[in-house]
Amino acid sequence: MAAPRYIADPPHLVRKVRLDGLTALFHIPSGMTHILAPPAPQILQVLGKGPATAATILSRISKGYALEKQKDAKAALDARLAELEAAGLVSRL
Amino acid sequence: LRHALQLQIGPASFRLGSHWRGPIKAISRLYAGYPAPDQPCDFTVRLEADTMWRRWLRPSVAIGGDYMLPGAAPMALVHGLLAAEMGMNLQMALGQKHFLLLHASSVERDGRALVITGESGAGKSTLAALLGEKGWRLLGDEFALLHPESGQLHPFPRAISLKNGAITVLERIAPANRFGPVLDGTPKGRIRHLRPNPAAVAAMRETASPALILFPRFGAELASAIRPVGGAEAFVRLTQASTNYGNLGLRGFEALTKLVTTVPARAIDYADTNGALELVDELWGSL
Repeated sequence: MAAPRYIADPPHLVRKVRLDGLTALFHIPSGMTHILAPPAPQILQVLGKGPATAATILSRISKGYALEKQKDAKAALDARLAELEAAGLVSRL
Repeated sequence: LRHALQLQIGPASFRLGSHWRGPIKAISRLYAGYPAPDQPCDFTVRLEADTMWRRWLRPSVAIGGDYMLPGAAPMALVHGLLAAEMGMNLQMALGQKHFLLLHASSVERDGRALVITGESGAGKSTLAALLGEKGWRLLGDEFALLHPESGQLHPFPRAISLKNGAITVLERIAPANRFGPVLDGTPKGRIRHLRPNPAAVAAMRETASPALILFPRFGAELASAIRPVGGAEAFVRLTQASTNYGNLGLRGFEALTKLVTTVPARAIDYADTNGALELVDELWGSL
């Protein structure tokens, strides 16, 4: 079975403001406010450029954020994707 | 309704009507010197008997108006003034769309505003009332009105709702003719309202720029302390303190994130009001 591809709303449908180490995000389609901790904002940033599988997201994030040091980076990313999916910020194609 | 009164308070105007003379007379005395609206009123508050015989037999006041809470219990007529105040709060909390409403008190000095918010019992009203008698201008007790686009705070100088011990503290320093009647046996204990001083009422159209957000915590056993509050914590606490953040959508988000990224926030612990005033002086002096 092919790996699922994830998608997020394009940048013009969200507003993001950095607050200390966190990100306050306003999701315009739902009118909901979310407080995100890393790497959730980075995941959304990658997906804002187009659909991607978890492996692709991990590869793109790793370039900027040195996630390769994390032993179980893939499992952690899957957990964050599940949270973002439950929050309505990410969906599967 | 037979008895009625119109009031302009900052940017909002109210028409209050009642079956009974008492509550309107009490409101009229408490708000002596406030201007009448020069436009049709924004909000209507009705104090009426929930059933016909309740006008005369153990009279009880149901709060009505443009915006209502279904199932709210009626109050004894002796608490009619409190019902009128609650009715005005309700209209603002549910109906105000021009401003981001923060459940906070606020005071101003030199055009800059101190916003005080926190849990019930944290001392928001007491601190604002004291500062309002000590050279600051009271902007408001119950609600701070933040204009989403300009970021300015608009005064809403309603009567200050003093509770229990705070009543005696203010009775020592504010003139007796600015106090409403003592209301005993309310759900929050003893309540007495204090009309802001004439300067605060006269300046009800003069806005101020937020300069400091304060989260006080009162406890007789607490050591006096100041703690910085980061933008994320301030943002979350202020969304919880707002009655209409969700209704304003993107405007609310942009207003509140701008506020917490441009205005410093501090938490203070205090054990008595003098200690709190010293901490406020210290913080204000260090801005």
